[in-house]
Parts: sequence; structure tokens; C-alpha cells
Amino acid sequence: MHGRPRKASNPEEEAASAAKAVKLRSLQSQFMKNHHDKIYTEEAIELSMKLLEINPEAYTAWNYRKLAVEDSLSRIESDPNLVNSILDEELRVVESALRQNFKSYGAWHHRKWVLSKGHSSIENELKLLDKFQRLDSRNFHAWNYRRFVVELTNRSEQDELHYTDDMINNNFSNYSAWHNRSVLLSSLLAQNADGFMPNERIPDEYDLVHSAIFTDPDDQSGWFYHLWLLDQTLNVETPLLTSSWPSHGSTINLSGAGCLNGSSSKFTTFCSESGSFPLILYFDQAVGGVSSSTVTIDSELKGNEDLVWEPISYKNSQVSCVWVTHLKYVSSDPCEYKVKIRVGNSPGIVSSRGHNFRAPYEFVFTAHVHDTVKDSQEGIVSWTDGFDIWDAKSMDLNSLITLDQLQAEIDFKWRQEAIDSEVECFGILSDSKIGNLTLARLLMAREAMLSDDAVKGVRYEEILQLYNDLMALDSSHYQYYKDEHSVAFLHKVTSSSESLSRHLFRYRGMNNLVCLRLNNLSLSRIASVEKLLFVQMLDLSHNELRSTEGLEAMQLLSCLNLSHNKIRSFSALDSLRHVKQLKVLDVSDNHIGKHSVDTTRYLCSSPLSNSEWSQDDVGRQNPGLVTKYWDAYFVLRDLKLKQLDIAGNEISGNEFSSFVLQVVPKLVWLDGQKLGN
Amino acid sequence: MFFYMQILDIAGLQNEDGSFSGDIWGKVDTRFSYIVICCLSILKCLDKINVKKAVDYIVSCKNLDGGFGCTPGAESHAGQIFCCVGALAITGNLHHVDKDLLGWWLCERQDYESGGLNGRSEKLPDVCYSLWVLSSLIMIDRVHWIEKAKLVKFILDCQDMDNGGISDRPNYAVDIFHTYFGVAGLSLLEYPGAKTIDPAYALPVHVTNRILFTK
Repeated sequence: MHGRPRKASNPEEEAASAAKAVKLRSLQSQFMKNHHDKIYTEEAIELSMKLLEINPEAYTAWNYRKLAVEDSLSRIESDPNLVNSILDEELRVVESALRQNFKSYGAWHHRKWVLSKGHSSIENELKLLDKFQRLDSRNFHAWNYRRFVVELTNRSEQDELHYTDDMINNNFSNYSAWHNRSVLLSSLLAQNADGFMPNERIPDEYDLVHSAIFTDPDDQSGWFYHLWLLDQTLNVETPLLTSSWPSHGSTINLSGAGCLNGSSSKFTTFCSESGSFPLILYFDQAVGGVSSSTVTIDSELKGNEDLVWEPISYKNSQVSCVWVTHLKYVSSDPCEYKVKIRVGNSPGIVSSRGHNFRAPYEFVFTAHVHDTVKDSQEGIVSWTDGFDIWDAKSMDLNSLITLDQLQAEIDFKWRQEAIDSEVECFGILSDSKIGNLTLARLLMAREAMLSDDAVKGVRYEEILQLYNDLMALDSSHYQYYKDEHSVAFLHKVTSSSESLSRHLFRYRGMNNLVCLRLNNLSLSRIASVEKLLFVQMLDLSHNELRSTEGLEAMQLLSCLNLSHNKIRSFSALDSLRHVKQLKVLDVSDNHIGKHSVDTTRYLCSSPLSNSEWSQDDVGRQNPGLVTKYWDAYFVLRDLKLKQLDIAGNEISGNEFSSFVLQVVPKLVWLDGQKLGN
Repeated sequence: MFFYMQILDIAGLQNEDGSFSGDIWGKVDTRFSYIVICCLSILKCLDKINVKKAVDYIVSCKNLDGGFGCTPGAESHAGQIFCCVGALAITGNLHHVDKDLLGWWLCERQDYESGGLNGRSEKLPDVCYSLWVLSSLIMIDRVHWIEKAKLVKFILDCQDMDNGGISDRPNYAVDIFHTYFGVAGLSLLEYPGAKTIDPAYALPVHVTNRILFTK
């Protein structure tokens, strides 16, 4: 029940209501008897109509009428006049019911059912729709019915687009019309239909939506359409390779376990106990089809035929922005090997929107394999002591800041012009929320398209200021702007080697391994991971992070500090299950166990989302604890942690600690204490 | 008892394109997809339907604003969004949702004045959306994008302090649906004293955990 004022009813109203109820109940019981006894006489059918006139939501009455119609049709030998008169009557009943309640699901569906029997003219239906859409232009039943009629009668998309023109020109505050327009236009653009080339059409659409936004900046009707236009402007359909590790032109140093305890490690030293290193491909959109036939590897490193590529994504998904394989090397065979990777060697890499990765892209790096000298030690990793400032002169960072794949798009020009023009327009709306937000988004879009290093970084201050202003202007959505601020901030940090180098340190305890320190920055979101694939040690402590979403691409990460953040549960750390190198994890002083509502409950792979899971000994022996600490169980059992810190959370305690020790039997350090074996 | 239910009937209502009809008369709506998936998951026989096709159909109802409608091409509506996001959550397919895009659409349902949520833009706030919008935001981990305290106040303002119950908006008539949605909303907002419910099933968490964690 909606929209009925609360008031005490007087005796007359109550009596009238009671009388109406009696009448309705009597009608209903007579109707149900007819229905159960399959009585389809004229009288019975009229009774159903009486019921529907009072209550168009009597769903069973509509179905009864369908049965009655089918019964009548079976008796009259396809005389077209008789058929028409039967169906006409149904249309009339529907129309009268809709006058009672133009949102009745049952009534609209009954009309569709009649129409699918090949009855009524398109003009009649469109006339009816016009009537209802004038009564309420947001009536989604009417819009759905319109789409149904259009499909049934093959009305052209261009004609329907003109209809949205009329609706919008009549009243721009019509989200339903904008929505319909977006559906039609995206279809026409995808077909490259006549007069629907993006470079001409999209700028026109910007002009059209300005009328909606600038007339009343508080009306949301045009906001989402504008955002869609921005997406159409920015996003190139063809998938591109954004970054890789190792990157083009770089030299990586490989060794066996314990290499970090030897002499001063170079910037790009990677140690592995398994004798393999990851090869990471990061695309600008989710793609499928990365395999040993679509990506070829040319190298003298032995044992690397028919590599298996894995998408870094949820269990059910076959597509991802990030793909990984592992190349083997033998550390007792020290040498320098050139490795050539050819992405898109044969067709097969396809975006989730169905577009092919076109030009094969080649990149080359050198793998310098070193001898392993010492056994690995397992000293505790400290996040506070033993850090030196990274010496900027010692290594050229540019080989690590991976280069964006050259944009081979010829029609880049119209995109930049459109963004520039929008930036100019929205500069005027500076005191409105949507003005500030759109301007911030446009400036971010422009930064993404620029490739000149010198220009980059300059306008980030403006973007960050806009988000700060929005946090004050629209405090209800403070956290939304905060998240966007964090994203822009991280884009700024990773926009140049100079700004990134300010956050790099060397950790003496692991033989000068490079550590990226992004602590105490009020970060509430992780971003720009495609520029940080080289990171092995990451300090994100003392921030406002709620989850590790995004970190799954950091396939080299072995040490992670998340202490003093806002993590509420282990399910929020689900992305770490993909980070197979992770050995050291600090989640102390968070909010794990503090909140009853788990907002990442369905964003992790578990029985709750009907994922298959294999029962292990821990599960068999402690079903109660597995249910109680299910998210910790599923995340920790997939990792091979050596060092874990969980103190300072509501969940911490003897019960949880002993459960952790069962799930992670190879753990060496827990909350700073060495575990006895 | 449940094992004797005729579950095959529900599976029989799945169409070629993965959608579900409400009954033999063939009306298709993503609400039915949610109902089937929710019920079969609780009964632990999701394998009776073609889950991949069901998911594909739901994804085909995804709109350019990140939301979902009742059928492909239909306008985004908070109720339908709840059904689609819930069905995708239960089947482990939330990666199909653009969480940032949909999250923004959903958080903009909050009315600045009253703190209540509406179901579509330029519509009035209504307590039932405290469940549809709120659950959806929670399932995609974007609930921190609304102002929770203001929403709590809106729900409490919709109470009938004399006769009890909660209405769709302040000073309107109460009914059992809005009372339920209001209480469920308060639970999802961690209101003291409210038992925790699961956002996809709207059942208490201890119930869903017990059902789904038992092999």
C-alpha cells in the first residue's frame, strides 16, 4: 500500500469500507467457484470483469479470462469476425482496468497476451500509450509495453529515437526517455548505422543533455546520460595492453630462495622457492582468450612450452583485466636470457564486450638468472625499523613505470576535443554539486588521455580540490567523494617517476628490497595498480581502507601492511587469495569482528555464493569454528603465510588464534611471537 | 519435507534464454529469476536449473547506468536491482556488476532533506527502498556512500507512534510490508537490538549460515 495518508477513520468511512469488502468477497468467492469448475459462460465471464473493475490486481481473474478466451476460440471455427470481437472485448476490459490503476502488472500482461495472438493495430497501441504516457511519463509499464509493441511490429530504432526527442523536448525531466534513448543510441552506434558515427553523434548528444543539466542542476534526469556519454567518449572498444611485468626494455634479476640475504639486491630482484617468476599482462578492460597460442613467448629459458595462463578474477569468470602465467628458470644455470613476448600472436583475445585485441604487441625484457648461495632465513619482518630512503640515482625507474601501449586509434582527436569542450562548459557550473563532480570526472578523463609527462600531474591539484569541495557541499555522499579523492591521489602519485620515488624506500631486513610506502595518506581506496606491478613490499598502514579490492594484480607482493585501517572482516581481504607470493601480512588494529553487517560477504568465493569447496581436515574436525570464522578460513587456507599480525581486532583472542594456527600450520610468526614447532 | 516438493516445476519455468516465467502464461521478469534462485539455493538444489543461462539473462537486463530492469531494455528500478544483484550474489556472479557505476546510481537515491531513499530519480522516498537500495549497496560494498544516520532517522520518522507499525512515508498509513521493510532496513543499518540479516536473502544470518555451510 502506498501513498495513503494516516488518519483515524470515522464510522461512516468504516461502514462504507466494510460494505465494499463484503461485496468484493462475495464476487471473489463466486469467481473462484467458476474458475475451479471451469465455467466459461457469458455470465461467468462478465463476473470476472466486475471483479477486475474493482480490483485490477486480481491476478487469477486475468488468467481465468485467458482460459475463457481459449475456450471460446476453440468453439468458433476461426471466423475472423468472431475472433476479433472476442479479442476486442479483452482489450476493452484491459483499458478500463488500466484507467483504475495504470500500474497493474496483470492488466498490461493481459494486453500483451492478446496482442501476441496477432490482434490490434500499431496505431491503436501507440495511441493508447500516448494517453498513458501523458498521464505519467515515468510509467515504466507503459515504456515496457512500448518496447514490446515496437519489437512486435518492427518499428525502426530511428523512429523510436525521434519519439524520445519529442518526450525530452517536451520535458527534459524524464529519466525514462533518456534511458530509452541510451538503449536505442547505443544499438545504432554499435551497428555504425547511417548518421550514427560516434565522432559526430556524441558531441550532438552532449549539446542535448546540457539542456537538462544546466536548466536545473539538481534534477538527476540528465546526470546518468551524461556519464554514459563520457564513457562512450573515453573508452576505446578495442582492448589494449596497459602494462606488464616484466616491462618492455627492463632487466630482472632472478634467483633461488634466500637471494635477498646475499649481497645488495638490485631493484628488480625476484626470488622464488618454486623456480618460476610471474609474467603479468594488464589490459584496459576485461578480456578472455589469453593462452599459449594467443600469447607467444620466445626465449631460451627451458621448460616453458605450453604455459597455462590464468585470469585473476572471481572463480566463475573466464575474463579479467589481469592475466598471469609463470615462467620457469633454473637458478643453478646462471645466465642472461632475452625474453620476447608477443601478445595477440593469433586472434583469440576478446573483450567481454566482444571486441578483438587487434595489433600484435611485442615487448622484450632480459632475465638475469643468478646463482643461489645461501639457505633462506626466516627473520621477522619489521615495518618500522630498518628503512632507508631509496636512492633515485641508482636505478632508472622508467623501466618500471610501464609504458602505455601506443594508442593506435585514429579518431582520438574527436575524443579530446569533446572532453575539452565539456571542461569549458562545466567550468561555469562551479557552485553546483553536479557541476563540480562532472568537472572532476572530465579532468580525470583528460589526464588519462594525455601522454605528455610534463603536462601530467599539473591538474591533479585541481581535481583533488574539487573533491574536497564536494565533501563539504554534499556531505551525505562524503564517502563517495573521499573514495574518488583517493583514486585521484594515487593517479597523481604514480603519474611520474619523480612523484612515485618519494614513496619508495629500501628495507635493510630483506637485503634492501624496495618498499612502497603509502601509509598515513587517508586513503580509502586502492587504485593505479597497473603502474605498481613491480611492488614486492607494500605499506598501506594508517589509512581508511575497507578492502583490498585491486591488490589481486600485484602478483609479486610478498609483504603487506594493512594495520590501522577500516577492514571489517576477512572477506574484505578475498582478493589476496590471488596473491600467491604473500608471506607477510599485518591486519592488526582494524575493525575485524566489530560490525554485524558484512559488506563483502558476497564478494568472496564461499559456500554463501554457492562456490564449490573441498572439505579439509580442519573443516572436518571443527565445523562449528569453520562456520563461525568462515571468511578467515577461506582466505587464510589459500595463502602460505609465514608471518601474520591480527592483534587489536575485536575477533582477536585465544579461540581465534588457535583456529588460525590450525588453518595456517606453516606460520612462523603470529602477532610478533615466534611459534614453536 | 522439502525433498518431496515438486522442484521440477520451477525448473520447467526456465525459458530458452535463461529467463523465468512467473507461471504457464509466460510473463517474464527478473523478479522471478531472483525468486527461483533464492528458493533453490535455500533448498540446496540450484543444479535443477541452468544457472549459467539464468545469469546470462540477468546480465542482459543490465543498463547503461549500471542498474537492472525487469526485462532487457527496461529502465533501472531499485526493486529490480535488488532482485538482479541478489541473484548474482547468491550464484557468485557479482563480477558482472559495475560496482562503482551502480553504487553511485544507488547512493543518489538518498533524499537530502528527509534522508529517505527513493527507487528511481525524481521520485519520492519510501521506506521499502530501505531494503531494496540498502541491500543492494551492502552486497556490492558501497553502503558507506550513503548517510546511514539520516536513513535511520527517516525510518523511525515513519513509525505510527500511537498505534504501532511503519508506513511508506511519515504520516502515511502503516501496513505490514513497510513495517517489515523498515525493521529489515534498521537491521542492515546495525540499529541496536535488531537481529542481523543477510542482504541477499533477507533472512537472519545465523539461518543462512546454518543452511549454506552444512555440506
